[in-house]
Amino acid sequence: MTPIVRSLLVAPILAAFLLVGVILSTGPAGAVTIEKILSPGGITAWLVRDHSNPIISMRFSFRGGAGLDPKNRIGLANMAASLLDEGAGDLDSQAFQQQLEDLVIRLRFRAGRDSLTGRLVTLAANRDTAFTMLSMALTQPRFDAEPVERIRGQLLAEIRQDTEQPGAIAGRTLFKTLFPSHPYGRPTDGLEDDVAAITQADLKAFTAERLAKDNLIIGVVGDIKAETLATLLDSTFGGLPAKAKSWALPEAIPQGAGRTIVVKKPVPQSSIVYAEKGLKRKHPDFYAAYVMNYVFGGGGFTSRLYEAIREKRGLAYSVYSGLHPLDKAGLIFGAAGTANANVGETLRLLRQEWARMAKDGMNEKELADAKTYLTGSYPLRFTSSGSIAAMLVGIQRDNLGIEYMDRRNSLIEAVSLEDVNRTAKNLLQADKLTVVVVGAPKGVKSSE
Amino acid sequence: MTKGFPSMKRGFLTILFAAVLTAAGIFFPAQAGVFNPDTFTLSNGMRVVVIENHRVPVVTHMVWYGVGSADEGQGESGIAHFLEHLMFKGTKIRAPGEFSKILARNGGQENAFTSSDYTAYFQTVAVDRLELFMEMEADRMTNLVLTEKGVETEKGVVLEERRSRTDNNPGAILGEQVTAALYLNYPYRRPVIGWAHEIKALSLKSVMAFYKKWYTPANAILVVAGDITAAKLKPLAEKYYGAIPAQPPAPRLRPTEPPQSAKRTVTLKDARVRQPSWGRVYLAPSLLSGETQHAYALEVLANILGGGSSSRLFRTLVVEAKLALSAGAYYGADDRGPSRFGIYASPKPGVSMETLEAKVEEELAKLIDGGVTASELARAKKRMQSTAIFARDSLSGGARTLGAALAIGLKVDDVEAWPERIGAVTVEQISAAAKAVLKEGRSVTSYLLTKKTG
Repeated sequence: MTPIVRSLLVAPILAAFLLVGVILSTGPAGAVTIEKILSPGGITAWLVRDHSNPIISMRFSFRGGAGLDPKNRIGLANMAASLLDEGAGDLDSQAFQQQLEDLVIRLRFRAGRDSLTGRLVTLAANRDTAFTMLSMALTQPRFDAEPVERIRGQLLAEIRQDTEQPGAIAGRTLFKTLFPSHPYGRPTDGLEDDVAAITQADLKAFTAERLAKDNLIIGVVGDIKAETLATLLDSTFGGLPAKAKSWALPEAIPQGAGRTIVVKKPVPQSSIVYAEKGLKRKHPDFYAAYVMNYVFGGGGFTSRLYEAIREKRGLAYSVYSGLHPLDKAGLIFGAAGTANANVGETLRLLRQEWARMAKDGMNEKELADAKTYLTGSYPLRFTSSGSIAAMLVGIQRDNLGIEYMDRRNSLIEAVSLEDVNRTAKNLLQADKLTVVVVGAPKGVKSSE
Repeated sequence: MTKGFPSMKRGFLTILFAAVLTAAGIFFPAQAGVFNPDTFTLSNGMRVVVIENHRVPVVTHMVWYGVGSADEGQGESGIAHFLEHLMFKGTKIRAPGEFSKILARNGGQENAFTSSDYTAYFQTVAVDRLELFMEMEADRMTNLVLTEKGVETEKGVVLEERRSRTDNNPGAILGEQVTAALYLNYPYRRPVIGWAHEIKALSLKSVMAFYKKWYTPANAILVVAGDITAAKLKPLAEKYYGAIPAQPPAPRLRPTEPPQSAKRTVTLKDARVRQPSWGRVYLAPSLLSGETQHAYALEVLANILGGGSSSRLFRTLVVEAKLALSAGAYYGADDRGPSRFGIYASPKPGVSMETLEAKVEEELAKLIDGGVTASELARAKKRMQSTAIFARDSLSGGARTLGAALAIGLKVDDVEAWPERIGAVTVEQISAAAKAVLKEGRSVTSYLLTKKTG
């Protein structure tokens, strides 16, 4: 597919009485037009209007996530996210949930390491109720004893069950090893004792300090007019405090380079995860790393790791690598699952491919194929309103600019063979890889 | 079962549960004229469905085969899914893996999946590349070439898939055993991925025989959703799929289920279990098997009884009695054979299985004696019907729903008229369905328990 690059179309329009500032930007093949909405109360959202289906999808994100959980309250952001839709204003948990279900309003919050995100999906016909309920959830959550204890019980059960799930153990152990003294090393789901101790006061403090207008990012897609959204932005988010409590998360340098950690569990298949220092989103070589990773371990049924470990030898069902840029650290990571007897061979192949890409890089053909995939598949992300709304939030979050969708494919195109191979050499250091194996691997032991 | 996304890490029970939810109405139909597809049939019997969606110049191209694990022969469990994997191994004109490489180079994404009743392959790609993929998909419908080495290597992959989905997960192991206990004779008793010892014994010869028997135009359905019209698609469909010689379709002969009269219980104690759970499945009719007149009523019943946080089971067990951490019910009407009506609950720490089970039984008795209220019914209908509008939002929603329905043996109208049929369900029909289906002698109760080590 020919790369689609559209020039930026900027058409600022001021709708006088509503003060809706509109900046237009078109996405791939003119598929979408982004309008930047500024509400009378000063709240910004990016909107893609789509009247083909009477639904509205909104995603939003508050900067600052589980990484900011206070000492002895690890899991607070996650627990708060689970409780925001469990009763607000004059509706208790059951009344709130029942109204959501009866009107088929999908409202959900989630805590990540760097942000608390939410989504609201509703039929256009129930728009006003949906936005009112979101407003209540954000500004008047009740945190009644019943839902607090119920959700606490569910979260503790998940934490306990995760202590026996190989994939969950592997991920947790990896992050703890990479970031032993940084908040990124703590599980976002929380620690059992901390979750058990979280109080209603903690939850109220969380919403008061962390959900504010100055750390809020909003993306909306669907059957709604710009003016209507502008009004709803104020009625929904206007009640939030102007500023979130100030925070500073330190830079995180991954530790544990070159370590292998085996966690013994009596399971037939070992879960393997691996990572090393990668790049943050703003790094000039990020796109080179992105293209490199696609060829190395990111690309569906065609990557080098897939080829070497699954296709040629049948050692795994799932094997991949990916970039994981956080606010304060960058990682390149991956995972595989293989029978206990094959862990040694799988790790040997993994390291061999890691070293081969670093040493020899890729060739022009691989680079060209990667580019046609990455640019050609970009329009595929525009096939559902939720996916578009998520991109609107992501682009704002990373400060990529409203014209990013027009530029994105040219950024991929601009990556040269020299760029990818230099980046591969810098990033992929097989001997620095941190590896965690959970299972009963044969012949593989923890390093000192 | 799928050929797999690298990031897929869900357990089999989750997959199973998602599939059931899908069937119960999350993706499945709703609203008059849900997807408004165009349909036509090629001269060799292959059916074609077109769903227009012009948001972006992209299409999802799917080919569905009316064959799944329930159509496998004795001792060949897993062969339908194994063939699905092997379909990526090359043809007379394409080397192993070439299909995927060409697709990727063209900016496309792909996968495939197998269920008890069907197998499907799909690519999502820019519409100007559609013809290329129609040619390639048509090619592998008849020209598959396998080697002994390719078959043996892929067996390793499938066994790893089985380990990650099932063997590594006590809940999934129990689920597999419960299904085998529920169906005494119907082939749904076999896991879609297959029993490990039978996967190991599958041969190139048996796979090719299965392929030749089932992968024929009259047993295939082409579904294309996206920036396309039937008028534009038809000549391409004729050219690539229409050129495949017709073959009489293989009959889907499956053993049937005998009358069931004994309640069964299945217990798994495993040290890996940190959160016990309780479950019950009842053998139930589907839209195509057994007392089919109850199917729509059962869909609504599952929604009222256990479809969310304000459902009966969740409210009574979790919120009011505070005995459980979670509770719900599920049912899928879109099975070719007998379906199941399921109920589950996870006890809070310190609550015994007996106490939990007694409370569930109490709720079931209340339901069978008193039925549901008109208000509960009205609310459930509205919830279920609204899901149709959401289903239209993505390219894959319509393609998957219609493809699955036709591959099972339902008609386009069964999908398009689903909202009306749900709307027509009465309180009396729900009572009749509950009485007919929730019978102890046709149930399996399961206990997932912690085994104390040492």
